[in-house]
Amino acid sequence: MPDLLQIENIRKTFPGVVALDDVSFSVSPGEIHTLLGENGAGKSTLMNVLTGLYHPDRGSISIDGEEVHFASPRDSLARGIGMVHQHFMLVPAHSVFENILLALDNVPNFFNRKEYKQKIAALIDEFGLDLDLDSPVWKLSIGAQQWIELIKLLMRDCRLLILDEPTAVLTPQEADRLFTVLERLKKQGKSIIFISHKMREVMKISDRVTILKKGHSITTLQRGDYDENRLASLMIGNDKIPQWQKNLQMSDEIVLEIEKLSVRNDRGLSDLESFDLQLKKGEILGIAGVAGNGQKALAEVLTGLKNANSGKILAKGEDITNSDAKKSYIAGIAHIPEDRKSIGIAPDMSVDENLIMKSFKSGAFSRWIFQDKGAIRRNASEKIEQFAIKSGPDGTPVRYLSGGNIQKVIIARELSEAPAVLVALYPTRGLDIGSAEYVHKVIADGADEGMSTILIAEDLDELLKLSDRIAVMFRGQLVGYVDPRNTTREEIGLMMSGEKQGGAACN
Amino acid sequence: MQLITERREISSALFRFSAPIVSIAIALFVAGFLLLASGVNPLEAYREIIIESLGSMYGLSETLVKTTPLIFTGLAVSLAFRMQIWNIGAEGQIYMGAMAASGVALFSGIENHWLMMIAMFSAAFFCGGLWAGVAGFLRAKWRVNEVIVTLLMNYIAILLVDYLVYGPWKDPKGFNFPLTAQFTDAARLAEYFNTRLHSGFFLAIFCALVLYLFMERTVWGFEIKVIGSNPKAAQYAGMNTGLAIFMVLFLSGAIAGVAGFSEVAGLQHRLQHGISPGYGYTAIIIAWLANRSAIGVVIVSFLMGVLLVGGDSLQLLWQLPVAFVYAFQGLILFFLLASDFFIQYRVKLVRGGIHG
Repeated sequence: MPDLLQIENIRKTFPGVVALDDVSFSVSPGEIHTLLGENGAGKSTLMNVLTGLYHPDRGSISIDGEEVHFASPRDSLARGIGMVHQHFMLVPAHSVFENILLALDNVPNFFNRKEYKQKIAALIDEFGLDLDLDSPVWKLSIGAQQWIELIKLLMRDCRLLILDEPTAVLTPQEADRLFTVLERLKKQGKSIIFISHKMREVMKISDRVTILKKGHSITTLQRGDYDENRLASLMIGNDKIPQWQKNLQMSDEIVLEIEKLSVRNDRGLSDLESFDLQLKKGEILGIAGVAGNGQKALAEVLTGLKNANSGKILAKGEDITNSDAKKSYIAGIAHIPEDRKSIGIAPDMSVDENLIMKSFKSGAFSRWIFQDKGAIRRNASEKIEQFAIKSGPDGTPVRYLSGGNIQKVIIARELSEAPAVLVALYPTRGLDIGSAEYVHKVIADGADEGMSTILIAEDLDELLKLSDRIAVMFRGQLVGYVDPRNTTREEIGLMMSGEKQGGAACN
Repeated sequence: MQLITERREISSALFRFSAPIVSIAIALFVAGFLLLASGVNPLEAYREIIIESLGSMYGLSETLVKTTPLIFTGLAVSLAFRMQIWNIGAEGQIYMGAMAASGVALFSGIENHWLMMIAMFSAAFFCGGLWAGVAGFLRAKWRVNEVIVTLLMNYIAILLVDYLVYGPWKDPKGFNFPLTAQFTDAARLAEYFNTRLHSGFFLAIFCALVLYLFMERTVWGFEIKVIGSNPKAAQYAGMNTGLAIFMVLFLSGAIAGVAGFSEVAGLQHRLQHGISPGYGYTAIIIAWLANRSAIGVVIVSFLMGVLLVGGDSLQLLWQLPVAFVYAFQGLILFFLLASDFFIQYRVKLVRGGIHG
């Protein structure tokens, strides 16, 4: 029996970059095949080649033993390859049913709504999902929205499903349900390409694992031939990982306090509802919660990008509620934004210039109305060395840097004035392991020097490893605090889904 | 077979630099066919343009005279473009500047030359600035699209000047032509070499240098660049983007207003109907070709000056319509925008569809 999918010797270059080189792997019918690799290893590029978005320079893709050439995602869909992207392709104002219909090609102009509804409902029942077809998509949880994406592909009879880091947006419990569904799909003979960098999940559901590193497929291993350590060492290779140590911070001084804070969004819905939080001096306070439960609003309020509708924010006892970004910065809050490219940097400007974006008016970088180019340059070389930023030749626009290096530029800038408080949103998202550990190190070192950090992250392992306390958010409210040394993933997961109130007592 | 486009991850610097030159070359080539169709040998016509505009003292001075308002307006437009603000209203701002300067020249009664110059300059500066500032205020306050506002305000400005020169400000001794009385000598800029070249040209060059220093060396220039590169990041860094939008549009309009001052005080010595034959629109092409750099604006304005003066001689020699010059400008912009696409995307031919 030929493999369902065979990829051989794929090479894809972009000007100046070899994104994929000599990548080969295959997927058998009824197999869950994991693609494991750091960010920048080429996973996304490979999937874009497979779904016809990019065209390989060399190499072949075969389906059922026949070579195929995809000119667009439409072609790959026609051959039964479908992908659930990290960002869902849904129309929020339309119902679940309408969104699914939208994805189907062959719906006649006059069609029998009932018949289609029954078909979809049957599919939903088959997998034991809980989905109301008439509910508008925006009312659904992220997890439920992911089901819709899956159902869209199943309605089209896709034989090969590609899931790009599907658990990034799910609670542990939701992730477990997803795995159950994937197992069931496998039994039906569907093949799945599962993209992830979370070892736990990879160990749990993969039949085979192909490891990508720097654009090469290093090896493919059968279940049983690998363990977590083996995979990690293959994935990282001999890259240097910065070492750091977590020291417990014990202080009762409260540097930041949030009282009954409510924030409404543009639709008039509450992003934060009577939210309370206390941040102590020198601690790393992890915020756990499924994406979209108010974390972003929390960070935006704390850095002055959004105004609170009611409630209070006190920094060192001083009321900074609704001050603008500048004022709150002066009050000592630094911010690593979630979407670093869209609000963290001025992409066309150089690293030097991006490093002074917040302090360009200060006397250190200006004389009268003129900029002090010498001081700006000196500051940059200092930071570039201190944070090991790979910045290219002088004057290179910051957008040409890799994600990890852009993140380092932002962190270097934000921490340059020894802030008392750091608000970090998903600071390691999209970074390779080396850079991510570096970010952890900077935050842990900062804590040793008395900086308090609000760390918002989606990876529970990251939160458990780094935090002194973890606050769990659900629907814009504080569910409770847990002690990372004294809790379980399951407990946090239940709190994240609002099923359990305040965890083990934790000061 | 199928044509597909793919985004370039990194565009080559060489490509970026050569794009304006290649666009002009292609525009020359295509315009050649227009000339052929009018029965003119394109090579001869291009030779004529060069000789007429650069081949004599008179030609060169006329070219610089045309270059002057183009530098001012080109700078005005590119300053705003640097911040991703699209000032399409330089034309109207010239008219407002010219109107304000003329008002001072005609009615202030100042007799001292320098006092008069300063008064006329300031009036033009503020009037042009406020005219554009309206769009800046609306944009900063209510996010009203500045393209629409600046563009539509052109018509108001031009018609306002027409009202004045056809009505209350009309020269009683002007045989009913739509123009004001001539300015006194105190209200005229110095002229040089027995030509029409006036000190407005040097003011324009000076303005370019100041603007260059402003953009590249000052704290405010830095702020403008950050806002232009990413307004959200600027806001997040604590910059007051609303105020910056207003100030930049004000300054942009003010510089265009000074072009109006330079035209009436240096060249026409009165306010009249049609004082600008579309410099404010040509400025958009100039800003784009110059990639929004102040020094580039000076160079490109000079090239456009050559084209305008040379184009005039084509009219005389072969009775080509003035529209030819505008068509040529249009072609340059067209190919420049097209090249922008090729800088950002690659086009590939692939074997399409599914192969069985």
